[in-house]
Parts: sequence; structure tokens; C-alpha cells
Amino acid sequence: MDFFLVSLIKIVVVFGAFMTTLAYLQWVERKVLAHIQLRLGPQRVGPHGLLQPLADVIKLATKEGLIPANVNTFFYILAPFLAVSLALISIAVIPFGPEIELFGVRTNLELTSLNIGVLLILAISSVGVYGIALGGWASNNKYSLMGGLRSSAQMISYELPMTIALATPLLVLNTLDLRQIAERQGGGWFWNWTAFSYPPLLFIAFIVFLISAFAETNRVPFDLPEAENELVAGFHTEYSSLAFAGFFMAEYANMVTITCVSTTIFLGGWHPPFPAPYSNFVPTALFWFFGGVLLFHGLTQPARRWDRFTFPAFGVISLGLGAIFLLAATVLPIIGQILLPVFWFVAKVGLLLFLFIWVRGTLPRFRYDQLMRFTWTFLFPVALGCLLLTGLGVALFG
Amino acid sequence: MANLTEILSAAKAITKGMGITFGEMLQPALTEAYPDGPPQFQERYRGAHVLKRDENGLEKCVACFLCAAACPSDCIYIEAAENTDQLRISGGERYAQVYNIDYNRCIFCGYCVEACPTDAITHGHDFEIASYDTSTLIYRKEKMLEAPQAGKASLAYDSQASNGTSGH
Repeated sequence: MDFFLVSLIKIVVVFGAFMTTLAYLQWVERKVLAHIQLRLGPQRVGPHGLLQPLADVIKLATKEGLIPANVNTFFYILAPFLAVSLALISIAVIPFGPEIELFGVRTNLELTSLNIGVLLILAISSVGVYGIALGGWASNNKYSLMGGLRSSAQMISYELPMTIALATPLLVLNTLDLRQIAERQGGGWFWNWTAFSYPPLLFIAFIVFLISAFAETNRVPFDLPEAENELVAGFHTEYSSLAFAGFFMAEYANMVTITCVSTTIFLGGWHPPFPAPYSNFVPTALFWFFGGVLLFHGLTQPARRWDRFTFPAFGVISLGLGAIFLLAATVLPIIGQILLPVFWFVAKVGLLLFLFIWVRGTLPRFRYDQLMRFTWTFLFPVALGCLLLTGLGVALFG
Repeated sequence: MANLTEILSAAKAITKGMGITFGEMLQPALTEAYPDGPPQFQERYRGAHVLKRDENGLEKCVACFLCAAACPSDCIYIEAAENTDQLRISGGERYAQVYNIDYNRCIFCGYCVEACPTDAITHGHDFEIASYDTSTLIYRKEKMLEAPQAGKASLAYDSQASNGTSGH
């Protein structure tokens, strides 16, 4: 009974947090892109556009779900379901923190413990291409078909360097269990993380993995499946309403999943970059710093009319969070054992997600032949070389 | 190893680009909060016209018709009248008894401002002149004329004397 109850609580928490992240990731993306282009981004729905995701959901849900003539209705409807459900599955095996004890119940901070977690994630991300390919094919539209084909070709090509880059740390870690992978990188400084072992081999593998991850999630600069200027919107040209929202959500869910995977495998999971007693106070320091900046900025030099209210409000919230983390780090270890690992995990995932958005704001799109040449003549050999050299290193020193 | 230098230069270029976008992100946004806050204009912005007064508070316009002649869309209508000793409206011989600009036709080209020999007509910064009723878009002199400056002993602007818009 305990097991079911605890699992249920964990599922509700993780699902809620995941969905909120997906919704607000889009807000963050629009904000960051806007500020890169010296704009403000969403600003009118709620303070600083914070209710924009809600408005978008309402808009998409109330739109007419159009099914065009001559589409293959079954696959046309199946495709977005497939895309979004496969994108949402992988989060189940990601560990967010160590084993905790709460009210006498011991449990791991993850949804399910799987001794082949890495394989599962690779398998799921491979199947994920079906949603896109089917959607492109079933739409009975040249642009969609082109987008779907491009997406399949791209994802299959980039899966190879990604898998090889992912296999490289497995040589060092010697396990496929994501929890064990994260645990083996802990207990010290950041050079215990896989990305920094056997320098620079695994760091190169990490970079290769990240680049392939951009391609796997169809993000800029690898967003050829939805290249607006040639393919309208690619595979989801014909989709509207919640079916479109499904594809949209799948893209962001894939992004979150792939950053979670790279955090767990390459960046030490929930472990802080330096040993425990000091790293426990980093969250407090960060929150208080940002809270102070927001308070100061809002009270002394508000740029816009509402800034004098919203900035100090966010500042106070930030200060409060800092205080909670201070309590968690000192007198309330029962909260600390959850909050601190989750903070470090979320911080790393957040930084990687920011990198995704930052790259989108910077780099232009590849041409199709460049895309293929890049993976087959550069990324793939580099990943392979990394794997071989790391294997040699492990055989000699491991 | 031409290949390696190529890779390194590409990586360098990407790093530089990322640096530039990050720097731009920290700059203050240029967006104006227009409907919520005041819009910002360049000084040269050509908005609705303003008729200026001279340092004595008299109207600068001497009814020379040069602006009406310069106007490519023919939207300026002027009726001139002589200044007398009893009623002195402008600094010159004549003044504009009626000065109408039809904003249905005005294209804000600025030729009238360039043509004006006394710098009487200028472009202001008011741009919120859209209307559902085109008949309200014919602006009279009273609407465009700059208010008399406080503290200046201006000769009283006699609205009765110049209220001759019935001719249009």
C-alpha cells in the first residue's frame, strides 16, 4: 500500500512539475529570444506575460480541430498522440535526487527504477520519430511529407553519433542504471562528473551528444523539418488545435528529457559542483543575490510602469526561497534532503535549456547537404574516435 | 591539418556569435510601452501640424499661401485678412483668418513646413488623429495654433475675428 501511495504522490508531483515546465519553457524561450533581439517578449497577459502559457493553452484548446479532406484519418490523429506520449514517457526513468527518508518511508527521488534506463531512453527517442514521420505522411500534403522525410532522415542520422557519444561514458561508468550513473559521479568536486573524466575525451563526447541532441529535438540550427521558408511548417503544416499542441508539447518535452539525460549522464545528476557543507548555501546565496538585484532594480530604476511593483514582488519571492533553502540547509534536513539535490538537478537542466534557447537566438539554419555532411563526415567519426580512445583509456587505467 | 583549423575557426565563430547574443540580451530592451506609457519620438518626427507664435505672442503665419501652393495633396485651405491697428493677429501685413488642414488628404510630407518663410507651420508629435468620422479630420486654426505663452503680454487672440470657417 505504501508503495502505491508513494508512487502516486511522486507521479503527481513529477507530472505537475513537468507540465508546468513545458508550459513555462515556452514563455522563457520567448522572453530570452525577445531580449536577445532587444525586445520584451510576452508582456500583456499577466505581469511580464506570466499567464501567457495559460492563454496559449486556452487558445489552442478552443480552436477547431480541423481534419483536412483526403488525409488518412487514423494515422493523422495517431501521430500527435504518438509524438507527445513517447516524449512524455522518458521522464519516468530520470532520477532527480538520492534516496530520501520521509516519515519513516524510504524512497528514491524518481518515478521508476530501471536497470537499463539508458537503453530505454534511447529506444523511446528512436520511436519518437514515428510520430513526426506518420504526421507528415498522413497529412496528404507535400510540405508535410517533405518535413516528415527530412525529420526521419535527420533523426536517424543523428541518432548514431548521439548513441555512440552516450556509450562513451557508459564505458567509464560501467552501468546502464541512471541512478547508479548519477551516484558514481558524486561525493566531491565537479571533475568527478563524467564529462570531465579522461579529459578531454568525455568532454568531446558531451559536446557531440549535445549537438546531436539539438538535431534529435529538431531545434535550431537543425530545425529543417519545420524550415518555415521552404516547408511552411513541415510535418505539422496541416495540424491545428490540440493536435498541433501535441506536436508542440512533444518538442519541448523532448528538449527537457534530453537535457535531463545529459545532466544525469554527463554532469553528475543532482550532485553539486563542489563538496556538500559549502555547496548547501549556494542556492540561498543565488536566490538572495537575485532577490536583492530585483528589489534594487525595481525600487530605484523601474523602466516601466508596473516594474516598481512586480520587480520587488519577485525579489521578495526570491528572498523567501533563499530563506527556505537556508532553513533546509541548516535546521530542517528533512526538507533539505529533497530540496538541495533537486535544486542542483534543476539548475543544471535549466542551464542546458537556456543553452538550447540561446543557440536558437544565435545560429542560422543548416542547409540540408550541410546537415548530412556534418553528421556523417564530422560528428560520427569524432564520436567513434572518442569511444575508441576512451575504451583504450579504460583498458589501460580503469 | 586544414581540417582542424577549419573546425577551430568555426568553433571560434560560433563562440563569438554566442557572445554577441548574450551581450545583447543584457542590454535594455528598446520596446516602448506605447499604449501604457508615452511614445518616444525623434525630434524630426512629422506628426500633426502646429502653428507657431512669435516672441510677442503674435501668430507667425502671414497668409502668404506658400504652404498651400507647396502641398502636393492640396489639403491646406487659407483665407487671408489684413491686420489693422485695432486687430493685430500676426506680425506681417496679413494674417490667416481661416487656416484649415484636411487630414483626410494630408500625407505628412513636410513640404508645407519647408515652404513656410516665417516658420509658422511646423510638424508636432501628435499622431493619434485617427477618427471614425472623416468630417472631424478637418482641423481648424484654433486646434493647431500653439497656446499663447504664459507671462508674455500677448495681444489677445480674438476668436471672433478669425472664426470664419464657414467659407470652407
